[in-house]
Amino acid sequence: MSTQATTAATAAAGVRSKARKKKRISGSSITIMVFLTMCAAFVSVPLYVVIVTSFKTMDQIALGDVFALPTTWTIEPWITAWSEVCAGMTCEGVSHGFWTSMKILFPSLILSIGVSSVTGYALALWKIRWAGTFLFVLFLCAFVPFQIIMIPLVVLNSSIGLFGSIWAVAIVHSILAMPLLTLIFRNFYKDVPEEIVNAAIMDCGSFWRIFIEIILPMSANIMIVVLILMITTVWNDYLIGLTFGGVGTQPMTVILANTVITSFGAVKYNVDMAAALLTAIPPLVVYFALGKFFVQGITAGAIKG
Amino acid sequence: MPQVEFSNIVKRFGRVTVLEDLSLTVQDGEFLVLLGPSGCGKTTLLNMLAGLQDVTEGTITIGGRDVTDLDPKDRGLAMVFQSYALYPTKTVRGNLKFGLSAQKLDRAEIERRVTWAAGLLQIDQLLDRKPAQLSGGQRQRVAIGRALVKNVDVFLFDEPLSNLDAKLRTEMRLEIKRLHQELEKTIVFVTHDQVEAMTMAHRIAVMNGGVIQQIDTPDEIYERPANLFVARFIGSPAMNTLAARIETSGQAIAAIHGPSGVRMDLSDYAFRTPPKHGDTVVVGLRPEHFIVGETAEPTGAVFTLPVRYTEKTGSDVTMFLDNGEKDLISVRFDHKHHHVPITGEAPPVWFPKDRFDVFDAASERRI
Ligand SMILES: Nc1ncnc2c1ncn2[C@@H]1O[C@H](COP(=O)(O)OP(=O)(O)OP(=O)(O)O)[C@@H](O)[C@H]1O
Ligand SMILES: [Mg+2]
Repeated sequence: MSTQATTAATAAAGVRSKARKKKRISGSSITIMVFLTMCAAFVSVPLYVVIVTSFKTMDQIALGDVFALPTTWTIEPWITAWSEVCAGMTCEGVSHGFWTSMKILFPSLILSIGVSSVTGYALALWKIRWAGTFLFVLFLCAFVPFQIIMIPLVVLNSSIGLFGSIWAVAIVHSILAMPLLTLIFRNFYKDVPEEIVNAAIMDCGSFWRIFIEIILPMSANIMIVVLILMITTVWNDYLIGLTFGGVGTQPMTVILANTVITSFGAVKYNVDMAAALLTAIPPLVVYFALGKFFVQGITAGAIKG
Repeated sequence: MPQVEFSNIVKRFGRVTVLEDLSLTVQDGEFLVLLGPSGCGKTTLLNMLAGLQDVTEGTITIGGRDVTDLDPKDRGLAMVFQSYALYPTKTVRGNLKFGLSAQKLDRAEIERRVTWAAGLLQIDQLLDRKPAQLSGGQRQRVAIGRALVKNVDVFLFDEPLSNLDAKLRTEMRLEIKRLHQELEKTIVFVTHDQVEAMTMAHRIAVMNGGVIQQIDTPDEIYERPANLFVARFIGSPAMNTLAARIETSGQAIAAIHGPSGVRMDLSDYAFRTPPKHGDTVVVGLRPEHFIVGETAEPTGAVFTLPVRYTEKTGSDVTMFLDNGEKDLISVRFDHKHHHVPITGEAPPVWFPKDRFDVFDAASERRI
């Protein structure tokens, strides 16, 4: 604010009529530009290396210039990574992990978003006894690091016979996400104009009908935000998948890690890079598909009452 | 028949008491307006009737049935909200239908009612639009339509016109009045606009600070305000109120205004409890009752005070007279009948003998 004011003041002191049209690049915006460029470089330089390496032949990689473009482009590493590379004892590529991750992702999404949106709706718009206390507990839960409760969760999971299955991973994901998602939904629904809710309550007393017919159609924005949040967390997770998944039910990230550490002879950097990129692609696709809405979603949620 | 009755209602929010022991009866088929300044508890009262807020103490009955603890949808009411509160993702038709399909009516009946309400409110052309595609007046109509289709006996309106511009407000006012005459339903209408209240109501309940000050017909409230609050709240410009001392001599009774020394003859005033010599009272004089210039009517008081300034609104002029106190005396008259005095001039203005309102200075009640 103050920098803007100073800029305006200096501009006014200069040539009056032209001052309005010319925008000066002030010191603060230069700082911001430099900072942003550094951030971008921090991400994009390694990304560049990963991408070019995945298209190189092992012969070129052996030469050692990591920044060089491939002399001969090859998609061989990608095919190997997808369907042939070995992770531990099994050699089926990362594709198996891909499908496992998908099988983990969908139940986690449905379970976590389903439960937390309804809970958030109930907490925000209905008179619930102890709602304040419940919210406080949720708030605390949202900040408990997973590592602290990992061991008890493992014990709990094996005692109900879930441990090692896809469901174990999906359910743990859902439950861990629920406090935060419930808070997000609750805060979003708190902003639904009270009179709309009152009108719905007078028209129809049904908790579920109001949710499904009135509230859910108004939630598109927050759903997109939460979807992106959940998809990226679940997909990129390593620790939960490693801990709760059994042999053959581990997600793509775990398979990827195993692939990278399993090597017979020379390390095939190009295959490792391709496998890493394959693992990273799905959240990327989600970003591109929903990214446009992501920005709109956040502002629409913030401004609209 | 749906007569609405509030008995000894108390409403508290935590430690704040909003309504204290309020009782009110709305007759069957009546158009009752709740009128009062912002924050006096009108919406709270309406929400409690609708079941949207809990009653702390007391009971509410509708048609003899105790509804105090009933769910909103089971009370047989329909409400029109101040902000329209339309369902943004539903079409106009969807908005009208939502409450009906929840009642599990059959399709033909739902269709019939929607068509009927849409025709009545002239929104037939808009049925497939979303609320965002409607103008303010159209939204208001849809909001009313959503209440109408439910075919209930009691309608609640919470300041439904306050978001509209002046012209639309006048139109909608007439429309609601016409609907009431056509449908003959009980209506409780909340507003803080006295013109709305005066033009639409059978009876007006004037509220202040959670207390009903007076409940009467518009005429009665205007002519015989029960206390100083009502007297000052109703009427525009507001009523002049002069603190005065009673003087009696034989049959004659008059009030003397200290600062200006004006003598107001109250011999024709119908006292409920005649005051004694020396009592302090507050005399109310409506600006529009003053007569400027010569008159043949029996006058109760004559003021010859300097004009501070004048305001012209169309055919009316309001002039403000300096009576030696902080509050000026406002006098309204038609400038066709008298020239507009300039500042500093002191034209004689008369007040009719039978138009005074007199209040006790301490209790502020009408005497
Ligand atoms: N949830 C609440 N908690 C505490 N106080 C409240 C609450 N709701 C309303 N009030 C208080 O109750 C009083 C009456 O509010 P209400 O909404 O009924 O006023 P109103 O007469 O409808 O006013 P307006 O004309 O501005 O709509 C106000 O003083 C308000 O501050
Ligand atoms: Mg209100």
